Amino acid sequence: MSLLVVAEHDQNTIKVPTRVAVAAAQAIGGEIHLLVAGEGCQGAIDAAAQIEGVSKVLAVDHANYGHALAEEMSALIVSLAEGYTHILTATTTSGKNYMPRVAALLDVAQISDIMAVESADTFQRPIYAGNAIATVQSSDAVKVLTVRGTAFDPVSAEGGSASIEVREGPATAGLSSWVREDVVVLERPELTAASIIVSGGRGMQNGENFAMLESVADKLGAALGASRAAVDAGFVPNDMQVGQTGKIVAPDLYIAVGISGAIQHLAGMKDSKVIVAINKDEDAPIFQVADYGLVADLFKAVPELDGQL
Amino acid sequence: MKILVTAKRVVDYNVNIRVLADQSGVDLNNVKMSVNPFDEIAIEEAVRLKEAGKAEEVVVVSVGATQCQEQLRTALALGADRGILVETDEDMQPLAIAKVLKAVIDKESPKLVITGKQAIDGDNSQTGQMLAALAGLSQATFASEIELEEDSATVTREIDGGLETISVTLPAVVTTDLRLNEPRYASLPNIMKAKKKPIDVMSPADLGVDVAPRVKTLKVEPPAGRAAGIKVESVEELVDKLRNEAKVIS
Repeated sequence: MSLLVVAEHDQNTIKVPTRVAVAAAQAIGGEIHLLVAGEGCQGAIDAAAQIEGVSKVLAVDHANYGHALAEEMSALIVSLAEGYTHILTATTTSGKNYMPRVAALLDVAQISDIMAVESADTFQRPIYAGNAIATVQSSDAVKVLTVRGTAFDPVSAEGGSASIEVREGPATAGLSSWVREDVVVLERPELTAASIIVSGGRGMQNGENFAMLESVADKLGAALGASRAAVDAGFVPNDMQVGQTGKIVAPDLYIAVGISGAIQHLAGMKDSKVIVAINKDEDAPIFQVADYGLVADLFKAVPELDGQL
Repeated sequence: MKILVTAKRVVDYNVNIRVLADQSGVDLNNVKMSVNPFDEIAIEEAVRLKEAGKAEEVVVVSVGATQCQEQLRTALALGADRGILVETDEDMQPLAIAKVLKAVIDKESPKLVITGKQAIDGDNSQTGQMLAALAGLSQATFASEIELEEDSATVTREIDGGLETISVTLPAVVTTDLRLNEPRYASLPNIMKAKKKPIDVMSPADLGVDVAPRVKTLKVEPPAGRAAGIKVESVEELVDKLRNEAKVIS
């Protein structure tokens, strides 16, 4: 079996979820190739060749792939698909964007967000916001998969020695074009990569109060997250959202402040190693998953916590 | 311009999901069913575009059992002009739904298709992208803003780490994220009016589409539980536990 993993990168480095997808490919078994498509992406190509478990890097450096537009990426992947039994990428907004196109163009199903590999054709995946886990079997010749970022331990970024094969993609589809990106400049780690996350919910009452959490997060080197309720209320931007419809995270420590623990939020964080909940409502469902619960007014507890760190 | 939107029938988002004891699926008996919330956002967006004079007609499609008529009526009450039900009792998977929708757009020739970014039952997030691929159209997923022009649309997308703006050539498929809009509630007069709006019913076979499932669900289980831990009495105790028991902070 040969497996193709599509890398997510910033032209210079390979992102962690890609190494999680490689780990899933290892669990399936077979020869693993990693596709790095970008523009001016030699750094990412070199980094890809170092990744543990990868035997070959397919390198495509061309203006068509600089922004990973779905039409371009899917056409490229389909053009390289022959001979592969599995095509995988991480469940990120980028992978979720182009991978279903790949599956449709190959006339096969996609199995989204796999969290366990049972065999080469059978996988576990969450449905209903993680309230049920389905074991599904694909009857298609090629398995197109996206891999949940918290489901496998990432393979090492070093220790590999893959060969690099330069490839070319098809002509541009010319259907869409990139205009601009408004990326929030992060002074903290990214949510999906952070080992500690401090998250706020509706109990924060407004956006300004998130400054209290920022201070705690800075002391812990933590990322800042939020519940959907806090996003819906306009306290913070959507990219901070942890949950079924936001980001799925599993840090070493997750501190939930003023978060009641709606099912959709729990779906995004309950695989965290240690969960702390601070909430004044002692019946809040968040306490049912918390390792350490503190029933307290967050406006007193958070500054106190800040002082003791 | 004509806009086509989708309305998937799903378990209402407020329902507590219960896995069946025989592991065959989740309990759907006597459970409240609704329009997939992301599709509701799609319907709202299309209706707003019509109200702004940028579209003439909003057509809503549902694929599934005969009961999907209820969700189509909801969409019509929210302002869609007419409905199409592609009726089938088959287990409809995203690729099959995308093929059905492709056949519908071949007949209807909409200039814009808006679907939810995912349905809250299967959580697949595939159908819109697959439809765009099968129809050879451009796509803009996870949209938080749509600016419609005559032959193109500028769409702001929610991506990891921020927002991305792209321009797509029409016709195109757009999938909706949460912040695109806040759907309205249907008023009683509009619910009454919706009963008179037309719904065309057809089958996948009428459209010449093979909808055989490709993926078999072997079993469905509840997720592994997580035991509740302890309550601490003070911030001091919490910090002590994190430092010395869990050893997750230094």
